[in-house]
Amino acid sequence: MIPEIGQFALILALSLAICQGVLPLVGAHRNDAAMMQVGNTAALGQFLFVAVAFGCLTWSFLSDDFSVLYVANHSQLALPTVYKVSAVWSAHEGSLLMWILILCAWTLAVSRYSSELPQEFSARVLGVLGLLSVGFLLFALLTSNPFDRLSPPAADGADLNPLLQDPGLAIHPPLLYIGYVGFSVAFAFAIAAMLSGNLDQKWAKWTRPWTTMAWLFLTLGIMLGSWWAYYELGWGGWWFWDPVENASFMPWLIGTALIHSLAVTEKRGLFKSWTLLLAITAFSLSLLGTFLVRSGIIVSVHAFATDPTRGFFILAFLGVVIVAALALYAWRAPSLDSDVGFGLLSRETFLLLNNVLLVVAATLVLMGTLAPLIIELLNGGKISIGPPWFEVAFLVPMIPLVLLLGLGMHTAWRTQDARSWVAVLRIPAIAAVLLGVVLPLMFYGRTGLMLAVGFGAGLWIILSSLIQPLRSLRRKKGSAGITRSALGMSVAHLGMGLFVLGVTVVSAFNIESDRALTPGDTIEVGHFEFEMRELRNVEGPNYSAIEAVVEIRRDGEYLATVRPQKRQYLVQKNWMTEAGIYATWNRDLFVALGDQLGNGAWSVRVQYKPMIRFIWFGAIIMALGGLIAVSDRRYRLKAQEKSKVGRAAVESA
Amino acid sequence: MLAVGLAVVGVAIAATFTLRAFQDNMMFFVDISDVIAGDYPKQRNFRIGGLVVDGSIERQQGSMDLRFRVTDMNCELPVSYTGVLPDLFREGQGVVAHGRLGDEGVFVADKILAKHDENYMAPEVAESLAKHVEGKTQPLRDGPGECVTL
Repeated sequence: MIPEIGQFALILALSLAICQGVLPLVGAHRNDAAMMQVGNTAALGQFLFVAVAFGCLTWSFLSDDFSVLYVANHSQLALPTVYKVSAVWSAHEGSLLMWILILCAWTLAVSRYSSELPQEFSARVLGVLGLLSVGFLLFALLTSNPFDRLSPPAADGADLNPLLQDPGLAIHPPLLYIGYVGFSVAFAFAIAAMLSGNLDQKWAKWTRPWTTMAWLFLTLGIMLGSWWAYYELGWGGWWFWDPVENASFMPWLIGTALIHSLAVTEKRGLFKSWTLLLAITAFSLSLLGTFLVRSGIIVSVHAFATDPTRGFFILAFLGVVIVAALALYAWRAPSLDSDVGFGLLSRETFLLLNNVLLVVAATLVLMGTLAPLIIELLNGGKISIGPPWFEVAFLVPMIPLVLLLGLGMHTAWRTQDARSWVAVLRIPAIAAVLLGVVLPLMFYGRTGLMLAVGFGAGLWIILSSLIQPLRSLRRKKGSAGITRSALGMSVAHLGMGLFVLGVTVVSAFNIESDRALTPGDTIEVGHFEFEMRELRNVEGPNYSAIEAVVEIRRDGEYLATVRPQKRQYLVQKNWMTEAGIYATWNRDLFVALGDQLGNGAWSVRVQYKPMIRFIWFGAIIMALGGLIAVSDRRYRLKAQEKSKVGRAAVESA
Repeated sequence: MLAVGLAVVGVAIAATFTLRAFQDNMMFFVDISDVIAGDYPKQRNFRIGGLVVDGSIERQQGSMDLRFRVTDMNCELPVSYTGVLPDLFREGQGVVAHGRLGDEGVFVADKILAKHDENYMAPEVAESLAKHVEGKTQPLRDGPGECVTL
């Protein structure tokens, strides 16, 4: 009964989505207020019905209803309750339902918080979001119904893939989807603005907080995915240039470019058509990512079981979205030329360079991801592109990007006086170069060209991000301090600096060693000794495991004991490696059990990962910066109308 | 103008650089039957894939050195590897290996991949197997491995 209610709710949601996708657009065209109003009501109704469907599927998991095929395939009686909930989005059908729920939540948020926008504009935004929702609901109902029954019902389920039985992975997809789907809001704003033909700077201002929100969730989602891969399947790597990782990374790169280009459009009325194009691209890449994951067309650890009709549906949907958006763009964009000029040394120039470099980076990632596919289509044989290529190619745009970043932050709009610029940046620049050479030598006893460049670049970003916040602290009370959006920018860039430091140090000084160990053996990695004390059997709720007790010492002094496990899950019978990690802020010591070698020996991988936490911590700080920027008062439309303070903030930012 | 010019030069340099690196990092997938027929890249690493032959895994007790055979259902190729294996590596399952063909016709793998989902097999492996299962068996050939007619 419950699954049928869910199915029925999805169908009702589809009919409401059709209303939301058609009526407000027609209403905005005819200037009919009643029709435009339908968008808000339909958005609320659609959200409620999709939430009911999602609730029904969750209920089916919690009540172990193995007459539902999806539940039977992805759950099991002994599965811990929290993983029964996260199993809802562990595979294709359920994660699509979650995608739709998140789209509805974004839509509802837009309809709630856009009452200050012109009615015509918000109606168009809701209309576009409604049309997107129609596409996804059709996709779910026609090709991927999560409520399909299994007859006769299974006695017990086939269990959730053990890799997914992990807290990090329970929240990684929701965050990632909030980010992916969030770019549909930026997309809808761009389409609505093009439909109305009125592309003044206000449009950029309205879009900015939504885009930044989507971006910060995507940042967190990618960061969690990387962290999960590190401790759960990566044998200590944090990024593999896997096609599905790339699929989330490309929208991130373009989204980052979009955030920066929106700043120029809002403040100076420049780059309008470019910004529109980025908004369309960011969302199209999100859809392309979905296509790559769902169609199984590309080899990946993430690939879902393949189904050609699904791939075809997404590809057709992607085609319709891109063609329609680009046609509209071709029609409207030529009228957008603006004749505002800017000096060579100006913030506009630096943001332009930022955009060029980020787009180049995204293009390289796209090239590397799609090349195997294209070469195979051209009968060039089956190839793969290894991580070494991405690592080299990606640095080409990234090194200039991080060096220019510190300069751009301290450059004024329109034109910047070179002398005062040098005065501000001289000290951080010199400090970054000197410390970039000295610090690695001091702490890790070695330096080199790439190491100095990476370390120096990280410090350079950190130091130049700190200038503005530190100055505002020294300022007297009562004078205008730093705006939230300027603070947000500094914090996000600070996070970027920490990330660069982490990546540089861990790539240069990471030590990895695979050895055969029997209990009682000790190996040395760096300054650390790892002694395998014993091997023992451990029973978990739905697995049994072999656990190694490994004592870590530094120069003979006890540091910690880690317990890496090799688990066998009882239902699916597959083996899983649980790493033992001893982490402090500046390094991880990582031990993972490999294989039983006979004679009581096991192969063991031991790793020393200096500063690896800076990678994820830096990403969190970046997202925090986004959050601070979104909280800027000038985005709260009501507050701004009532007080002039908001207006002052706009001018001074 | 200067900025645009610099950007163009920069992009051109970057493009040449990355394209060259691209060629160096491409790795071809070669069917095992083709490896045995001698049709594989001689000077560089490539990928092979197939099923791990039942009963073929040999390990020197207590050491990380390992030998096994991989089949595409037509020919078998011996593979040697030293190191930690992925969790889903086992006899009868699909596997992909990166490496090159050493002396004596043994494929020396520097990386072994087995997929994380048992129901899932890398498409190129599935395709390579399907070729021979569907009755298009290739004739026996002389070479380092052995070929069986099904």
